[in-house]
Amino acid sequence: MTLDTTAVTGTDVVLSVRDLSVVYDGADPVRAVRDVSFDLARGEVLGIAGESGCGKSTLAYAITRLLKPPGRVASGEVVFHPADGPPVDLSTLHGEPLRRFRWNRVAMVFQGAMNALNPVLSVRRQLADVFTAHRPELRRAEREERCRELLDLVGIGPERLSAYPHELSGGMRQRVLIAMAMALRPDVVVMDEPTTALDVVVQRDILEEIDRLRARFGFAVVFITHDLSLLLEISDRLAVMYGGRIVEYGRAADLHAAPAHPYTVGLLRSFPRLRGERTVLHGVPGSPPDLSRPLTGCAFTARCPYVFDACHHTDPSLRVAGTTRAACLHYDPALRPDGPPEALRAGRFDSGPAECAVEEAGGDPPVDTTGRQPRREAAEPPQASTDPVTAQAESAPERDGAAPETGPWPPTGGGTR
Amino acid sequence: MRYLRRKALFYLVAVWAAVTLNFLIPRLIKGNPVDAVLAKTQNMTPMSPEARRALELQFGVSDDPLWQQYLGYLGNLLRGEFGLSVAYYPTPVSKVLSQSLPWTVVMVGIATVLSVLLGITLGMLAGWRRGTWLDALVPTTTFLAAIPYFWLALVLLYLLGGVLGWFPLNSGYSYETTIGFNWPFLRSAIYHGILPAASIVLASVAGWLLGMRNMMVSTMAEDYVLTAEAKGLRPGRIMVQYAARNAVLPSVAGFAITLGFVVSGSIATEIVFSYPGVGMSLVAAVANADYPLLQGIFLVISLAVLGANFVVDLLYAVIDPRTRQAG
Repeated sequence: MTLDTTAVTGTDVVLSVRDLSVVYDGADPVRAVRDVSFDLARGEVLGIAGESGCGKSTLAYAITRLLKPPGRVASGEVVFHPADGPPVDLSTLHGEPLRRFRWNRVAMVFQGAMNALNPVLSVRRQLADVFTAHRPELRRAEREERCRELLDLVGIGPERLSAYPHELSGGMRQRVLIAMAMALRPDVVVMDEPTTALDVVVQRDILEEIDRLRARFGFAVVFITHDLSLLLEISDRLAVMYGGRIVEYGRAADLHAAPAHPYTVGLLRSFPRLRGERTVLHGVPGSPPDLSRPLTGCAFTARCPYVFDACHHTDPSLRVAGTTRAACLHYDPALRPDGPPEALRAGRFDSGPAECAVEEAGGDPPVDTTGRQPRREAAEPPQASTDPVTAQAESAPERDGAAPETGPWPPTGGGTR
Repeated sequence: MRYLRRKALFYLVAVWAAVTLNFLIPRLIKGNPVDAVLAKTQNMTPMSPEARRALELQFGVSDDPLWQQYLGYLGNLLRGEFGLSVAYYPTPVSKVLSQSLPWTVVMVGIATVLSVLLGITLGMLAGWRRGTWLDALVPTTTFLAAIPYFWLALVLLYLLGGVLGWFPLNSGYSYETTIGFNWPFLRSAIYHGILPAASIVLASVAGWLLGMRNMMVSTMAEDYVLTAEAKGLRPGRIMVQYAARNAVLPSVAGFAITLGFVVSGSIATEIVFSYPGVGMSLVAAVANADYPLLQGIFLVISLAVLGANFVVDLLYAVIDPRTRQAG
């Protein structure tokens, strides 16, 4: 496992996560994060992508020790390497040392458009709180000065110090949160969907702000979002999560150019390209696995168009797959001596157990829908067909013929290539 | 400041409406106080029209047009004259009120404030330390609240006052002392007030505790509490400034309503403990069809409710900046 993701060996690592697993206890314990390992280099941006429920935020909370019961770290470790001094295992910190560690070394930016700011305290109080908690030696005037500087950093006038969160726009609130994270010049900033609720123009400003601050202070960023296209743009390295695991990990450019895992392929095809040819948009049909049930094989089997026998009983771990690392059995030379199928290497995700042509491409009707039959899948009915009777009639024979979930590789049916 | 002006204006209108209703309602009720007094004094001999007229004038019954009566009523109010009480005839209503009101306001007021403070503090702690022994406070206090109040009060009075003899059985003070600002009187008043006040606290603390605890639990799931924790703030500060300050808002609104009803007194409390407050006067007024006294009490109650709401509105604006701006 360790070998898999320590792609940054030789560089200066600031945070290393090893085999981290998180369980939400209950009648059916949910294994929300399973054996996640990665290294965060000083000053780099690591993007963590994945759809809702894949464990992204849980991972962030586990790293920052913010998990609340019934959530708990079941195994693994998170080690922080300060520039000066010995490494710190975060799981050994408790009480006062943990409190002091927080924000000093690892700060966090939450989704500010919602309610990450306390509605009943002024911006000044909330910024100054950081200093009273961590720099008690500062005098009142010095604290005030620091707070002004912080707002200035993110381009907000000092008169806003007296404002309350409800008097600020969503973008401003997000800036305040970013300013707050900068207060103690941390080494790592974990950002959990910091731009999700903002419109694209504000989103762009915020991202530029983060980039500028990072260039200035040199902190590393763990950027969590479901927006893969955004991550491809801003990240140095990318981890794609699925079902509580990292299923693909690599440099953002490599991952974009040659995605290895079928899930990454599917995600990359679920947003429109601004330039280049028009293509049909595909989602990744189906929904994430129920992590409260034991998984025997790969978590992605139910939605994977490239599924084969071994997928049902072997849970793959990350291994070299071209330029990235992927947790997919197609890259296991023992099982697949000839390498992954051609279609996967070409980045196709169109022979899946179900398809949906998403009509989002700039309002234009999708081209190239002729010859495609919408097929039905229990979890997510195709959106293309509105008449259930017709859809049923069309899909029934297809289903009988192709049965891609269990059929041999390569699937013979489908007829989309 | 604009907020304050708007609020003040609103309350002035509300006071005017309360005063006017208080004028109209008794005049819409059948019968008049003179008949009530005559019935009470059991005057069997027929009364001369002159004597009856004199009584009518005393009670303010007149044949003047309504608007003239209304103006006269407003004038009397400003002078603090509510007329004569039937139940305590011939004591003026204002005197009855000034004798009973302080007892209720001080005793029930202190009990209510104590109950709210205690309930909110314990609720905050129980919510913050959810799942620990503090959470056992919830069923314990709810049990006390579930007992019918008059029964709880009677048991307290019987056990602590009667059997153990720790507390007096009735009255608001010892008759050996003279009412006034002197130590023996104050001491006896406090001594007499403890048991009734304690019974009110015991019976009402559960509601505050439960409400606060549950609000605390849901507020603690908010992102800003998580942010505060991530910021490495001290737990005490997170609990008070981030969680409790937001969680307390509904309780403040509830407090406003309760505070207003302090004046009407806890009738059950005053009866069980024979406490000389407004509640007792109210019961006496109802029993004797004492309209002037009822009118006086109702007016004071409505003014108190409005006044308490005004104060809490201001308090609300201090703890929640969002209300300051609204409108």
